[in-house]
Amino acid sequence: MKASAFRFWNILHVGLSAILRNKLRSSLTMLGIVIGVACVIAMVAVGSGASKSIQATITSLGSNFIMIFPGASTQSGARIFTGQSNLTVEDAIAIRTECPAVAYVSAGVRTGGQIVAGETNWGSTIYGVDVDWPFIRAWNVERGAFFSESEVRAASKVAVLGGTVVENLFPGHDPIGQVIRIRNVPFRVIGVLERKGGNMMGQDQDDQVIVPYTTAMKRLSGTPRLNLIYASAVSDAAVQDALQQIDALLRQRHRIPPGGDADFMMRSQEEIAAGAAETSRTLSLLLGSVAAISLLVGGIGIMNIMLVSVTERTREIGIRMAIGAKGRHVLLQFLLEAMILSASGGALGILLGIGASRLVTRLAGWPVAVSPEAVALAFGFAAFIGIFFGFYPARKASRLDPIDALRYE
Amino acid sequence: MSVPVIELRELVKIYRMGEVEVRALDGLDLTIERGEYVAIMGASGSGKSTLMNIVGCLDRPSSGTFHLDGIDASTLDRDGRAEIRNAKIGFVFQSFNLLPRTSALENIELPMLYGNDGRGRPARNALALEALQRVGLEGRGRHYPSQLSGGQQQRVAIARAIVNDPAIILADEPTGNLDSKTSEEIMAVFQALNDEGKTVIVITHEADISAHAKRIVQMRDGKIVEDHVIAQARLGDPARAREAQA
Repeated sequence: MKASAFRFWNILHVGLSAILRNKLRSSLTMLGIVIGVACVIAMVAVGSGASKSIQATITSLGSNFIMIFPGASTQSGARIFTGQSNLTVEDAIAIRTECPAVAYVSAGVRTGGQIVAGETNWGSTIYGVDVDWPFIRAWNVERGAFFSESEVRAASKVAVLGGTVVENLFPGHDPIGQVIRIRNVPFRVIGVLERKGGNMMGQDQDDQVIVPYTTAMKRLSGTPRLNLIYASAVSDAAVQDALQQIDALLRQRHRIPPGGDADFMMRSQEEIAAGAAETSRTLSLLLGSVAAISLLVGGIGIMNIMLVSVTERTREIGIRMAIGAKGRHVLLQFLLEAMILSASGGALGILLGIGASRLVTRLAGWPVAVSPEAVALAFGFAAFIGIFFGFYPARKASRLDPIDALRYE
Repeated sequence: MSVPVIELRELVKIYRMGEVEVRALDGLDLTIERGEYVAIMGASGSGKSTLMNIVGCLDRPSSGTFHLDGIDASTLDRDGRAEIRNAKIGFVFQSFNLLPRTSALENIELPMLYGNDGRGRPARNALALEALQRVGLEGRGRHYPSQLSGGQQQRVAIARAIVNDPAIILADEPTGNLDSKTSEEIMAVFQALNDEGKTVIVITHEADISAHAKRIVQMRDGKIVEDHVIAQARLGDPARAREAQA
């Protein structure tokens, strides 16, 4: 027993020196596994990073968040999307007063426009909202203040800027108290929003200007219709209740018969979250399968080179057998060689994968997370591939007839 | 009398090539005692390679018995033969058969890697160095085969053959790839090993190589046609003289 354990180390040594004797071939063999493992680790890291980023974005939308959009309306039996909104300020007020499951409501007007500050200008999206908007979106004002109830009532020309807008219009100085012009209407900057980064569609959420909805309707959009209504439920558990109450109320207000198609659409954060989770799961699956295929190809590469190596080293095998190597010693040697190659390829791949993930973090700004599970899995799989694809060539080597092998040129 | 190191009885080896049966060995008897220096001669096709494969435990006879150092080797399986080769036989080949890109010392250590002795690295190294010394190549241990001349490579191969202290040294055309001067040097190494008491079997078709041996066995058509002891080679040596009379 002692002798066989001893022989194992000898054979391990033999395998190692065989690998070191042929550095180019060994590195080429490893390359497939290196790339495969690096792929798995980087892909999983990017995938989980992306889904974390999506999760963060969803949380940043605000808890219990519900959005109501104008939808298609049915006229004379035909479903028509007129582009004309059918949501009104009165709808928003009614939701606030009549839906007990709803905590906050804000009318929403969306318009675009060029914003001018002194010499510089910047195209951005302008949102007209109500005072409750920061609570619904869980979005704090970083500097200055949000507008007040009286400023909304008076349709004051005040604005709260997103971080990106500040960066472009007031690089390096404080925008509070400055005047910006939106479509030639002067607005006084009273606050700056905290940064939230991109949303799950990749849009920059900080590229926006918030003004009172009354001002937006009167000065900018010129229509009494709303583009959307923001609302939030009193609690997580109340979101479904809130959706039902809003649905019932708006149907009643819009005179839609029971069973008829609503002329509005509602989106809750839950639905958005579910959709996003599904998206990121699909993404992870896709990336994972790409990575798995590259590992498989790497494994076939190992088998390929090992087979060539067995043929090329037929004479060596013959010599070893002539001086007393048994079939299983040769088998073990080649198997160990394959395993050492794939394991060290795996180790290199882990380093490369972590490096690649870091690079993605730096370039894409995603919170890429290298998970220990992915590392362990990729490494284990690489070792397994070494055994699996190394076995056939190794067995082929071990079954050679020493006489033929010695005569092989 | 002690057990002969090689004892072949009624040895037959038949190769089948499709319909044709080739009797490579046809009822061969041969006994080789410990300490002998035997040259096995014959033209190609005489069966000497087949004989070497069987004596070298690389192949099994179709029928007949083969005892090597008292062990019945004719019925051993692959692993059994591998063990015998490792412990009892030192091969020297025409084309040296050293592992390329492997130092002389590592080549010599090779048989010990597969043995049952479980020798540690320092012990292996010491034995390999000693073997290298015996073939007169001290100081060349770190050289690769490609850095050595043909004669030196063959010396390394001989060192590898003797490192496990085998019962027989089996050399197949050991000088076939060497010039005549180097051949003489190699044959001198075999001579020296035989003088130390090693059993040496050389397979060759060159008469001047076989002239170094103390006994010449001629083969033809799978049979031994001539087997004679060369007396004059042993003059002045009592041990050899004794064998010559035997």
